[in-house]
Amino acid sequence: MIEIEALTKDYLELTVVDRVSLTVADGEIAVIVGTSGSGKTTLLRMINRLIEPTSGTVKIDGQDTRAVPAFELRRRIGYAIQGHGLFPHRTVGQNIATVPTLLGWDKAKIAARVDELLELFQLPAAEFRDRMPSELSGGQQQRVGVARALAAEPKLLLMDEPFGALDPIIRAKAQSDLLAIQKRFGTTIVLVTHDMEEAIHLGSRIAVMDRGKLLQYAPPDEIIARPATPFVAELIGTGERPFRLLSLGKVRDLVEPGPAQGEPISADASLRDAYAECLWTGREMLPVVDADGASIGRIRRDDIAHKAERPQ
Amino acid sequence: MTDISVSHSRRVPFTVDKLGVLIAALAAVAAFLPFAAFRANRIVLGEAKGLFAALPGWEAAVLAIVLAAGIGIALFRTPTLWRLATSLVVLALLFVAIGHAGSFLTPPGDKIARVSPGAGFWLLIFAFALLAADAIARLKLKPWTRIGVLAAVALFFAVLLGSGTLNDLSILREYANRGDTFWREAQTHLALALGSLAAATVAGIPIGILCHRSDAWRAPVLNVLNAIQTIPSIALFGLLIAPLAWVAANIPGASAVGISGIGAAPAMVALFAYSLLPVVANTVVGLDGVPPAANDAAKGMGMTDWQRLTTVEFPLAFPVILTGIRIVLVQNIGLATIAALIGGGGFGVFVFQGVGQTAMDLVLLGAVPTVALAFAAAVVLDATVEMVSPKDTRRD
Repeated sequence: MIEIEALTKDYLELTVVDRVSLTVADGEIAVIVGTSGSGKTTLLRMINRLIEPTSGTVKIDGQDTRAVPAFELRRRIGYAIQGHGLFPHRTVGQNIATVPTLLGWDKAKIAARVDELLELFQLPAAEFRDRMPSELSGGQQQRVGVARALAAEPKLLLMDEPFGALDPIIRAKAQSDLLAIQKRFGTTIVLVTHDMEEAIHLGSRIAVMDRGKLLQYAPPDEIIARPATPFVAELIGTGERPFRLLSLGKVRDLVEPGPAQGEPISADASLRDAYAECLWTGREMLPVVDADGASIGRIRRDDIAHKAERPQ
Repeated sequence: MTDISVSHSRRVPFTVDKLGVLIAALAAVAAFLPFAAFRANRIVLGEAKGLFAALPGWEAAVLAIVLAAGIGIALFRTPTLWRLATSLVVLALLFVAIGHAGSFLTPPGDKIARVSPGAGFWLLIFAFALLAADAIARLKLKPWTRIGVLAAVALFFAVLLGSGTLNDLSILREYANRGDTFWREAQTHLALALGSLAAATVAGIPIGILCHRSDAWRAPVLNVLNAIQTIPSIALFGLLIAPLAWVAANIPGASAVGISGIGAAPAMVALFAYSLLPVVANTVVGLDGVPPAANDAAKGMGMTDWQRLTTVEFPLAFPVILTGIRIVLVQNIGLATIAALIGGGGFGVFVFQGVGQTAMDLVLLGAVPTVALAFAAAVVLDATVEMVSPKDTRRD
């Protein structure tokens, strides 16, 4: 658990982060969203003390982060950034091994961990371990960057616009990979982005920042339904609200027994995708199948539309 | 580029090569200039000898034919390997021929007469060296291959000198008179150039790191080093005489370790001062060139400053720092010549003696090894820089 208490950063006259307090529970993904200059990156970098706060405290699992030397603190916290920051003179394997090596793991354990992570990120170890970062595509480099951040099995992972440099298709893949890995390890993640779509997709809680202040910190549905300020509403986009709300729900939630005509949809698809399919194919309802392709019922367009209404 | 020109030359057999025109013109002019010069003794004016006057008839004829063929191959677009082979064969023959010219022109038993290479010889060497350099550049040889070529050339000269073919040339007559001093001065020269380089590397890299880390130091340090670089070398050697003489006279033990107003100490100090700027500046530029994201990641993953410096920043900056060291080494091999002016020794001893006696052969005895050393150092270090630089094999 991370407890941030009245955290403030001043540069001369300018207050970049202004008395921000928030708590991230274990296993949560907290997404800090804001425009550039909102102080979101500064807030993130104060958690692992890459930037020292002017005042306020950060506690991780009850321990003040100032109780240990900064470099020791950082070795316990995963760190992934935009543009991956891989060391260009080291192989993929050596890059991933960075923190375990700093922590003095023995060689066999490091090698096993490197191979495990490469396979986990769908980069066959035998093929990729000894390549140089410059020999990889952008998406592969980004995956190695996240694998490196997770190498020493940190309980907490900080990510600063990790997908910012990727094209939309690779980005969507990277996001779903991250969700799968987070589920598997139960890692607590604090992620910074300027993209509200990404925040809603990934976040179990979203922190909206503007000019150094935390405007709202709430689960995505609440942020969409009850934006605390006009700025938050603007960031969500008023015309996008119903669709953002739909993107939070799964087809599984609205399945009812009964038949339907035409191409089926997966129970794990979002309601937004299901609604789009209804509109595009002019159908009142869609057959629903589970992951194995077995039919489990149907979903109605009207039920989906009802879900898009403003929650009471 | 090579492939294009090769396939092009197959379709149109006689296309002119641009650089070849220049090489052919130089070689053609050289053919009408004196090949060698004969002097009755080492300081009288020379008597110019054309190619056919300087060599026995058949040798001159063979050389003329080879030169004509060489000019033809240079002039037209020909496969790069041919051009390289041609240039190397012509250069080798020219050196053998000038040696034979020495034996041919010197009256038997005459130890005073001097035969030296003429303007035509030097110009021919220049033209075909240009052809060789161009061919080597076009072939894009691997670093180790380039060092191999250099070693082969060095071996060729070692054999040529060892065989005595060149012994009747004036420059080797001067060498014969000073064999022992030559090797002593060679040692001094290398000690000055390499010693000052080592000192500048040991001092310059930490200063460069300091300048990179601290903006307060960067501008003043680099400005002072820049200013030193602008002091003419002879002036700097001279300026150091007074303070070092004072140190030697007033600080106990200083003169015992070799510090004095003249000699090797001020030469070493001056070369060190000149060497600092390239080392410090390249260290700063190299460290500035480390990708900011890699640096940020290194910090964020918990490397200490020292770990980040030694495992991320320094390895990434190293090729640039090595380029600075290359500049210093080549520069110092040349500059060390001036050390002789203040009694510091080195090849400059022959240069300045030669100038004093208007004996150009003696000047060459100092100058030729200096140029050869600087050239060899440049080739070896360029190859090393290329070997340690990361290869750019990005796919997307």
